[in-house]
Amino acid sequence: MATRTQPLRLTHWTGAGFAALVALAVLGPLTAVMLRADWPPALGPADWAAIRFTLLQAVLSAVLSVTLAIPVARALARRSFAGRRVLVTLMGAPFLLPVIVAVLGLLAVFGRAGWLNLALTGIGLGRIDVYGLQGVVLAHLFLNLPLAVRLLLQGWQAIPSERVRLATALGFEGADMCRHFERPLLRAVLLGAALLIFLICTTSFAVALILGGGPSATTVELAIYQAFRFDFDLGRAALLGLIQVAICLGAGALAFGAIRRQEVGVGLDRPPLPWPGDGTGARAGDVVAILGAALFLVLPLLAILLKGLPALATLPPVVWLAALRSIILALCSAALSIALALPIALLVARLARPGLVEALAFLTIAVSPLVIGTGLFLLVRPIANPITLALPVTGLVNALVALPFLLRALVPAALAAEATQGRLAEALGMRGLARLRHAILPRLMRPLGFGAGLAAAFSMGDLGVITLFSTPGQGTLPLEMYRLMGVYRTDDAQGAAVLLMALTLGLFWLFDRGGRLDAHTR
Amino acid sequence: MLTLDDPSLTQDGFTLALSGEVAAGDRVAVLGPSGSGKSTLLSLIAGFDWPDTGRVLWEGRDISRAPVADRPVSILFQDGNLFPHLTVFDNVALGLRPDLRLAREERAQVEESLAQVGLGGYGPRRPGGLSGGEQARVALARMLLRDRPLALLDEPFAALDPGLKTDMLAQVAELAADRGLTLLMACHDLRDAERLCNRLWLLDAGQKVLDVATEGLRAAPPERIRPWL
Repeated sequence: MATRTQPLRLTHWTGAGFAALVALAVLGPLTAVMLRADWPPALGPADWAAIRFTLLQAVLSAVLSVTLAIPVARALARRSFAGRRVLVTLMGAPFLLPVIVAVLGLLAVFGRAGWLNLALTGIGLGRIDVYGLQGVVLAHLFLNLPLAVRLLLQGWQAIPSERVRLATALGFEGADMCRHFERPLLRAVLLGAALLIFLICTTSFAVALILGGGPSATTVELAIYQAFRFDFDLGRAALLGLIQVAICLGAGALAFGAIRRQEVGVGLDRPPLPWPGDGTGARAGDVVAILGAALFLVLPLLAILLKGLPALATLPPVVWLAALRSIILALCSAALSIALALPIALLVARLARPGLVEALAFLTIAVSPLVIGTGLFLLVRPIANPITLALPVTGLVNALVALPFLLRALVPAALAAEATQGRLAEALGMRGLARLRHAILPRLMRPLGFGAGLAAAFSMGDLGVITLFSTPGQGTLPLEMYRLMGVYRTDDAQGAAVLLMALTLGLFWLFDRGGRLDAHTR
Repeated sequence: MLTLDDPSLTQDGFTLALSGEVAAGDRVAVLGPSGSGKSTLLSLIAGFDWPDTGRVLWEGRDISRAPVADRPVSILFQDGNLFPHLTVFDNVALGLRPDLRLAREERAQVEESLAQVGLGGYGPRRPGGLSGGEQARVALARMLLRDRPLALLDEPFAALDPGLKTDMLAQVAELAADRGLTLLMACHDLRDAERLCNRLWLLDAGQKVLDVATEGLRAAPPERIRPWL
């Protein structure tokens, strides 16, 4: 067949160049880490403990998240109630919420002076301790339970309503539904969801930084940070970085299928189905699941708002300065990742090879931000003082982290735009910039807005690479908040948390909204 | 004159192979069942597909592999003729300037073209707010403005109701005669063919099985055309 292929245009070559740059931005630092790592590797007991703890907490977090997600997803799938949509939307929020805000919220509820301990001591029971393994797992549960619920809910909503109607007509009972619908469905999605959460938790840094620590609760990423900051042992930090890459590669290879299936921003608003085999018992169970999940997700955020809002007015100027720095960083990072993602997405759409996106995604997942940061530090050090480059490096790494999500949103839209508008544009002789501006870009406004919002939110809330480089007086808002927590200025920290949460969600909302302004693009 | 010098094209197991000539000012209806190769034929002439063998010629010049935009062709698709995010004015203006940078007199030309299809004053509207017939006329206004000698119509009015379709065909016939357009129209209704065209090609399984004048066709219909009456 001789369907004529168009020549690759300037945008496409730009895309190819940028894709190569992205690969270089990941592989370059990785090479630096490999060259600098202590060799032969001598792992001490503390290193082995870090590896064990990383795997243990990730397994526990994954298993608990998906197990508890089952009743919640099932209840959401078959009940309609006031606030259902709000709750489903809320399930998407922890994805954007800065980790440090989530952790501070959890501390306000479960911490030493939190609501739960106040209640427990009030009725004469002992306190619970939220630091260490249980704290890390609790925070991961808070951050990942919603993701698990959304993944499972997708499974439930994929059941055709005709088939449920047929089951009703055939007089299915609860047990039959379980056997014919729910068990096959869970078999299909449960393992993938668990592997995905396992992978996310192995790279978790901020949670371990705040709630972990000490010989019994240090993750590999945290150990990299400690080798870096406390011992300034670059060889050991690099070696730990390699171990982290090995863990991520292993987990990533296992979870690859699951990552591919994961969609960002999918609507889950289908109305619930009348479910056969419904009874009082099932109803009561669903009520408990929904109430429990809602309380678990809402209470920490509510606690932060209640405690932080009054402190907002008296925040020290240094917090506001950090906030300003964070906003600028988030905007730059969003701009950079859009500038990288758009030509790459156009290239991928033109080549009709969505697999390239997965390859890039895999790369940025396998080499965690902290490892890239370590590598960049090693690369920059001979030329310049890395400390002065803290913000640019942070912005770059944040842009790389957001890139796979952006591509996943952009590529389908770019493919559709080429299919629906490309032929017409060609028939009219629209070329180069005119074609991009008038025919293709308008169709990409929604994913661009959504993607820019996501990138800005990620960067705004990030507490990762910046911790490696920072010095006082040039930190971001999350870092400043962490510093306030470290010196026990809880009120100020909570005020900063409200500010951070508002700025993060606000930036996302602004960008996402901006992409939807023109209603004619559909 | 358009000359099809035995071009053939195989796509997904389907082969289109035919020869023929269309004289300047001729209006050819390409009739045939779904999957007979009507759209592929137009696509081949427009340049979205290239022939595996054989040639497509315009005025004796080989255009088999010329870029779409460089051909003497304007095309109306079955759907998706308009950009939904652009105004009616901009959609038409694309026919004149693909980069939409119009001089004052060019803007006047766009308005004039819109007025010609009876859509004067529709410029600021968006395609989404127009009826199917109005959308078809916007596309037609752009075709007029492009002013290419060869017009390809790929069932552009198939979604319109019969009365509206008849109106549109009459309008196209008038404009084509006015400008001396050479025209090929894919359709699957013999009456549409008779309304607009003076010749008829019948396609079947990628082959041209009939090439006749439309006039007097009903008086002495060839065997092949009977099922279409």
